[in-house]
Amino acid sequence: MSTTLNPRNILVVALLAALVLLPVYAGLTGDRFMLTLFTRIVILALAAVSLNLILGYGGMMSFGHAVYLGIGGYAVGMLAHEGIYTGFVQWPVALAASALFALVIGALSLRTRGVYFIMITLAFAQMAYYGIAGLARYGGDDGLTIYKRSQFFAPIDLSNKVQFYYLCLALLYGSIYLVWRLVNSRFGMVIQGSRSNDLRMRAIGFPTYRYRLVCFVIAGTLCGLSGALIANHTDFVSPAMMYWTRSGDLIIMVVLGGMGSVVGPVIGAVALLVLEEALPSVITFVLHPFMGEKAAGYGEFWQIVLGPLLLLVVLFARGGIDGLLAKLRAKAVP
Amino acid sequence: MTLFIEQCLNGLQFGLLLFLLAAGLTLVFGIMDLVNLAHGSLYMIGAYFAATFAAWTDSFVLGAVLALLATLVVGMAVEVIAMRRLYGRDHLDHVLGTFGLILFFDEAVRLIWGPEGLSLPLPSWLNTAVTILPGMQYSAYRLSIIVVSLAVAVFLYVLVMRTRIGMLIRAGASNREMVGALGVNIKLLYTLVFGLGAALAGLAGLMQAPILTVQIGMGENILIVAFVITVIGGIGSVRGAFIAALLVGFVDTLGRSYLPDLLRLVLSPNAASTAAPALASMLIYLLMAIVLVVRPEGLFPASAK
Repeated sequence: MSTTLNPRNILVVALLAALVLLPVYAGLTGDRFMLTLFTRIVILALAAVSLNLILGYGGMMSFGHAVYLGIGGYAVGMLAHEGIYTGFVQWPVALAASALFALVIGALSLRTRGVYFIMITLAFAQMAYYGIAGLARYGGDDGLTIYKRSQFFAPIDLSNKVQFYYLCLALLYGSIYLVWRLVNSRFGMVIQGSRSNDLRMRAIGFPTYRYRLVCFVIAGTLCGLSGALIANHTDFVSPAMMYWTRSGDLIIMVVLGGMGSVVGPVIGAVALLVLEEALPSVITFVLHPFMGEKAAGYGEFWQIVLGPLLLLVVLFARGGIDGLLAKLRAKAVP
Repeated sequence: MTLFIEQCLNGLQFGLLLFLLAAGLTLVFGIMDLVNLAHGSLYMIGAYFAATFAAWTDSFVLGAVLALLATLVVGMAVEVIAMRRLYGRDHLDHVLGTFGLILFFDEAVRLIWGPEGLSLPLPSWLNTAVTILPGMQYSAYRLSIIVVSLAVAVFLYVLVMRTRIGMLIRAGASNREMVGALGVNIKLLYTLVFGLGAALAGLAGLMQAPILTVQIGMGENILIVAFVITVIGGIGSVRGAFIAALLVGFVDTLGRSYLPDLLRLVLSPNAASTAAPALASMLIYLLMAIVLVVRPEGLFPASAK
């Protein structure tokens, strides 16, 4: 991460600062929905940052990353269901369970390569999905309502929306820092070397399997943290949060924002989720001159625009939004 | 015993249906090296077309034939407009781009046909039971699915292994530049292969339609199962897909019908009846994980490129 003043870095800093100031804006305008939406964005951005660690830097195309959202979320949900509300138990259990799952999934999956890796991670995620959907005690298919958020010591109250938002944001920034430190360490170099040429790395003498496995577990654990946050945010967990399309959403965030840049996934998460919220109104607005009042009905079909948009990003904007910004810089500096 | 034979036939029928879906997927993957998540959308579109055309023409068979042709056209159009530009890209790009196509197709179907599902009623001559063994009856429609799928499997084998087109397809799979250099219109060949895969998915969709309802998202669940099959069979191998599809069909069907009884032997009846459905749904993924751990390239790896 260079410290030069250029459009891309200015935008990144502006985005990170805007996220910090958002509750102030929401408080001034009284827009409670805005705060709820951005809490969700920040939490999913954390999941995307963790996926980026293995996808962007490690070249491990996991198509089952949402499974840790489910594991982390259900750890909180199940403990709350059994009457254990203290976050000092819930959160460590959520992290440990995610780490354990990632260890098992990674140990088996990392033996395969390419498409086989994509598919085996998907298979494990589906297994967990059906497994949890079969737990009748914890709501099965219908999911599990959480009646009390995780309890911490006195001043911290997760039911306070502003406090909860700042907690999520702090965890997100902490994770970004952690990932940044990781990828620039010797460990991160080995991971990136293994992505470029695994055979060569092994020939030099690095046991890359072990390095990749540790990386996979770190990413899973971070995503499990995001799952614990989601459970507290929505007060509800269901198997749907680990369905394969959710893993697809996470991949979209990472690729849309820009792989292999530490803040790219944050840009992607903000872009995707804001787009999801804004597209209906945009469609209605564009169609209004042609169709009059009927245009409002077509806003709900926003995915018909989002789908081809993703395809266009893949075809014409390699490197995602962050990549486009970097290109802008390349043009600005002759 | 009759129940067991019936479940085996159900497994065979489900497996063959899955083969139709997996064959298209594995052909496209083996030849164009393309991961196509939108394959399930073509399955869904085949079912929607069939339901619509059958209602228009008042004939199940005519509707099915028209739906097949329509899906073929849609598939070829998708190839020309979008897929063609994805060849040679990273697999991640394929996943993302075709994921976008799923969103598009799901929403387009909702726009055209509305959010409620459709149903495709069977004609009376298919909606009966036939006696296949003394004292044992079986649904004529499920039997006809078995017959049609087997015929398609034979057709595919002959097409790929015994015709000039098939020769070009196999040659294109092993070295696309060389085939192109020899003067073969490789672009057209790819469009045809993709269209063929789409038509197979459409056929699977329209044959499944009378058994289940035609609804949005019907392709998403079965797509993953089809991927499991291509991976178990070895990506790019039609023969592998056939065997893996039958394996998955049997494991899934028999697992669902006999797992509750098996579990009751070791668990309390209450625990068994709650655990069995979940475990039955997990079985095929478990099978795939085991296969991949033992043989990371699937059961029948297509010859190394």
